[in-house]
Amino acid sequence: MKGPLDYLARWPLRLWLAMVGAFLYLPLLALVVFSFNDSRRITVWRGFSLRWYAELFDDGELVAAFGNSLVIAAASTLISLILGTLAALLLWRFRFAGKAPLEALLGLPIVVPEICLGVAFLVFFTAIVPWPTELPWPLNLGAIIIAHATFSFSFVALVVRARLASFDGALAEAARDLGAGEWLIFRDIMVPHMVPGLVAGALLAFTLSLDDFVITFFTSGPDTITFPIKVYSMVRFSVTPAVNAASTLLILLTAGLTALALWLQGADIAKQAA
Amino acid sequence: MLQRPSQAPGVFAAVGLPPVVWLFALFLAPLAVIWTYSFGENRTLVDIAITGSWGNYARALKPLYLAILLKSMGFAALTTVLCFVLGLPVALAITFASRRAKLLLLVAIMLPFWTNLLIRTYALMAILRTEGLINAGLGALWGIVPGLPPFEPLPLINNNFAVVVGLVYVHLPFMVLPLYAALDRLDRSLIEASLDLGAGHLATLWRVVVPLALPGIVSGIIITFIPALGAYLTPDLLGGTNSQMIANVIERQFRSANDWPFGAALSFLLMYLTFAALMVQAIISRRSAEREGAR
Repeated sequence: MKGPLDYLARWPLRLWLAMVGAFLYLPLLALVVFSFNDSRRITVWRGFSLRWYAELFDDGELVAAFGNSLVIAAASTLISLILGTLAALLLWRFRFAGKAPLEALLGLPIVVPEICLGVAFLVFFTAIVPWPTELPWPLNLGAIIIAHATFSFSFVALVVRARLASFDGALAEAARDLGAGEWLIFRDIMVPHMVPGLVAGALLAFTLSLDDFVITFFTSGPDTITFPIKVYSMVRFSVTPAVNAASTLLILLTAGLTALALWLQGADIAKQAA
Repeated sequence: MLQRPSQAPGVFAAVGLPPVVWLFALFLAPLAVIWTYSFGENRTLVDIAITGSWGNYARALKPLYLAILLKSMGFAALTTVLCFVLGLPVALAITFASRRAKLLLLVAIMLPFWTNLLIRTYALMAILRTEGLINAGLGALWGIVPGLPPFEPLPLINNNFAVVVGLVYVHLPFMVLPLYAALDRLDRSLIEASLDLGAGHLATLWRVVVPLALPGIVSGIIITFIPALGAYLTPDLLGGTNSQMIANVIERQFRSANDWPFGAALSFLLMYLTFAALMVQAIISRRSAEREGAR
């Protein structure tokens, strides 16, 4: 039986959903399909081939750019995980003068337009604190790592703070009464409770870094190309299935990471329910 | 119970100093630098004198740049409206779906969101290009009918149309998720009552659902409008020379025109617009919270 609110069972709405779905997914589907095309064209199907993927792995610059992206994502994730967790703990535990402005400040990196942050880092790392370009790899990526950590640690703080809201303060009290010091309480009680938030925050920071184009665009130099920057220059100069193949790989990577995050959080929710 | 810093000064310093120092030194300081530059002048190519003049802002409000600023706001507004129209039925469907279908639809909406922005834009380029899928498909259909003049590909890319399509494509999830969150909290008996009392679905939607979900709708609108206003990649890749948005002008000042003070002034104008949009949202959500409290 159809209830009055069973909107999903009505055909106009089904049609609408199908249209929106097609709008969202057909371009991506076409992109993936034509990455396997045995032709230089990306609109006419000429048979299945993996040659564009083979070409990717032969492209030294692209492989190096991918390596850079992974190093930047790993380093900025580590930094933003530490900073974000500390900020979350600070706001969760203490009441102090200037707390409200600090909370607002912590939210700023999330709302400031990317282009503004990008040009600010460009000026900062060229005119104010020039980041030396001749540093050995991976130190030459430092400026990009700093930029990425700056915009992602606010997100980590948000996620970890949400998790801390469910922490039972009595546990810490009990541990303190039994003689545990701050460090021991942090390591053995707080951290285990925070783990789901930490994992979710870390995966968020990692994907944000891996996906970022605009801010990286302004902080990277000729020797510090990341994967999105390289793909951008490929898109600008030629539209070949090689770009489709590179995109497909990146889609798989982020989809995999996101599925992992969802699965971990799902497992956490299931555990709480049990 | 929240502690005061004096109750655990060591812990307070240990957890407080690193994030606060980082925010000031590596987030506020760079922004402060370009804020100062926005009141400066280029002496030589690399030497910028901070003269305290409002000249850059005055220049940004001259017709040429004002037009681009207004156009960006127009694009962002149109994008927001289209996202709302496309997204509201989707959010409604998700809200009243079964548990399983709900999860599936939510993931389906979020998945493109987690895909790299550059890749999504490129995917659209491949569809919209002169020799792209739409034109190739139309051309093939055209060829079936005998006696027609040769097929003229539709101009689907490098124009305003492509920019708005791209912005809607990229920002749709930003609208659907807050709308869904707002609709999901609604008291369903109110909707059922309205339907029972003879209002049609559209009347119920317009006169019951929308007013009740207004705070969520406002946040959906703002959350969509802000990133659309500052969009760089979409107009850069999908737009033509006439569809540049404010972010593209800013980029040009810093990377090719080398007029940092002017670019800085433009960035801060964009930032102030963003803050204004956020304030509107804060005021509306506070008002509706007060109304809830008064009830």
